[in-house]
Amino acid sequence: MHHPRQRPGKTVLLTFALAALTCVTMTSAQEPDFGDVGFEFPPEPPPQAADTPTEFDGVPLSIPGGATEALLFYLFGGTLLVSALGVCISRSVVRMATWLFFTLGAASVLYFLLGAAFLGAIQLIVYAGGTLILLVFGVMLTSKSPWVRYDCPRTEMAAAAGVAIVLFAGLLTLLTRTVWPGTAPMARGGTVAEFGKELLTTYLVPFEVASVLLLVVMIAAAYLARQDR
Amino acid sequence: MTQMSVPWRPRGKAKFDGPAGMVAGGAKTVFAIFAPFVRAFPGAIMLSAVFGTIVAVWAHYLLFEVVDIALIGSTFNIPANTGLLGGPLTVEEARSALTQIGAPAAGFLCYLLYPVQYGLVRDLVAAGGILGFISVIPLYTIWWERKVAGRIQSRTGPMRVGGWHGWSQSMADGIKLICKEDLCPAGADKPLFKLAPYLAFVPAILAFFALPFGTYWVFRQLDVALVFILAMLGIEVLGVIIAGWASNNKWSVYGAMREACQMVSYEIPMGMALLIPIMCVGTLSLTTIGDTQSGGWTSWIVFRSPFTFAAALVYYIASLASCKRAPFDLPESESELVAGFHTEYSGFRWSLFFFAEYAAMFVVSGLLVILFFGAWYSPLPLLWADGLGESLPARAVKGVLFAGPIWFIAKCVFLLYVQIWLRWTLPRIRIDQVLYACIQVLLPLMMLILLGHTFYELLVPVGGVVWTLFNLILSTIGAVLMIGMLFVATYGCWNRVRLVGNLGRELLPGS
Repeated sequence: MHHPRQRPGKTVLLTFALAALTCVTMTSAQEPDFGDVGFEFPPEPPPQAADTPTEFDGVPLSIPGGATEALLFYLFGGTLLVSALGVCISRSVVRMATWLFFTLGAASVLYFLLGAAFLGAIQLIVYAGGTLILLVFGVMLTSKSPWVRYDCPRTEMAAAAGVAIVLFAGLLTLLTRTVWPGTAPMARGGTVAEFGKELLTTYLVPFEVASVLLLVVMIAAAYLARQDR
Repeated sequence: MTQMSVPWRPRGKAKFDGPAGMVAGGAKTVFAIFAPFVRAFPGAIMLSAVFGTIVAVWAHYLLFEVVDIALIGSTFNIPANTGLLGGPLTVEEARSALTQIGAPAAGFLCYLLYPVQYGLVRDLVAAGGILGFISVIPLYTIWWERKVAGRIQSRTGPMRVGGWHGWSQSMADGIKLICKEDLCPAGADKPLFKLAPYLAFVPAILAFFALPFGTYWVFRQLDVALVFILAMLGIEVLGVIIAGWASNNKWSVYGAMREACQMVSYEIPMGMALLIPIMCVGTLSLTTIGDTQSGGWTSWIVFRSPFTFAAALVYYIASLASCKRAPFDLPESESELVAGFHTEYSGFRWSLFFFAEYAAMFVVSGLLVILFFGAWYSPLPLLWADGLGESLPARAVKGVLFAGPIWFIAKCVFLLYVQIWLRWTLPRIRIDQVLYACIQVLLPLMMLILLGHTFYELLVPVGGVVWTLFNLILSTIGAVLMIGMLFVATYGCWNRVRLVGNLGRELLPGS
């Protein structure tokens, strides 16, 4: 049975280097200062006004900081972790894709919990509804045997384990050294209209660069897929 | 009907076991109780069931509203963390709120009103309503589809089960499907095979959670409702693809691949067509988009400009492809692929795919209605209803004549009918023709429409001469099309004996 050989040697090395770099950056910051990375936690939201009638019209997904939110967070956080593990462990590519679907879905629920509904919906439509389908479609079109399995050699497994350990150490260091704010910052004041306005004014250049990149990819794909004459 | 003699040995009383048997037995009992009545008075029971449902749903809605008024009017502070027990309202306050409004039987109603103040209770009630709706819609759409298919092909369709025009055919099918063996092929990827129907069905339910049936008739008023529903329609496809793949059957994989390529390509013109109403109104919230069309027939977005008119058509075609309805039903084309992606499925899992398909048909029709065809507003402008006031009968009149979920559902059901009609009229096209139609026809057309609409919004002032002229011309075209259709339908009904022969004289209703 012929399995197409994967050649991830360079990729693994590159990932390894990136992970190490991230790690060094993380650990070198003795006292993490969020101002440095261009991110500021918004001030703690004022305690909920006691007599806001909109509380019952809008019916938020959950009351911030309440028991419901904690329950949902642990439920979907757990789903995310388990399904992410499933992506790594399963051998069948289509099963991996299914696990990945649950990972992406759980992540989008977490965005919804944070009040970032637009991000959550976009996550669902782009990754779960678009990329994943293309992924499965690609597997179906290119596979020669009914069950595509991903078997990787020992050396690559060892390299991947190394990368994982280094990344884990880095993340653990970050986790223990950071002084976290008491409550998670909610995405506030972000209606879709404001979001769009920001995207087309303040962040116009990155937005356009991303579109041009996608256009280039599209043209390249059309060029590759074109019939040879 | 006399007992027919059959060549095989008559079976004893059917014995089922397990939960399926309980469901089937319960359904059989209910059926045995109700079927004779329905056989005797079909029309009256159908009318009263529809009327009763409307009144019951409306009563719930009014209850919610009264609670809102009572909660806002109460002098108590509403804590952010209202637990399950000990909410802001007591029974006594609920009673006083009811007496203030002047409701009858306040002493009894206050006990109903008390639990409704909790979000959880409301959510459960609303989710139950949505689940019920999703169960009823496929049940009756399938029956209806079979009847319409019969008429189009000069047959009668289901006529036996329940007595009156086979009204309970779908229910009988449902019982059969529940009792059927749950097969899983030996070579299949078992976990994925079992998961796939749920991956198709659950997103279809979730789409309803963001779909408004009226200005205040929505489970969750999401800011991003449109994107959310589109995402759910996209995820439903994943279920179909995985079903085809996990079956380990050539035909199923062909069906799944066709579905994937069809869906991925048609999502592009569909999404671009949906951008047009968003550009007109400037929001992704379906409730807001619907509410801008309250000014009667001419204010519907479809008649706003030539480009919105064309975009509505493009969206409708793309939506047919996205819920794999004919002429785009290649994923399950029975003439070539046996049954496509659901070849290997049986029993309840198989029926879940159909629940998902018919629910998705309703959702895409609902999107079309909200975005282009005046949402929950009737062709009469809402302004005319201003003099009616806020009393209960006035609101009922307003709900029936001007704006309400009834109008939304009626329009959606009409569009469902059009989908059925097209399915039994048009031949299925080939997969290369499907992709040609999308990528080389619909997509460039949609790009032109998008560009044209951008300039139209930019250059033609709203309410100016050109704008009004186009609006009036398009509204007239729409009205003429609608009246023409009604005319053709009436003509067909009038001449049914000449058109379908004795069938129309003996079996069809009203003959």
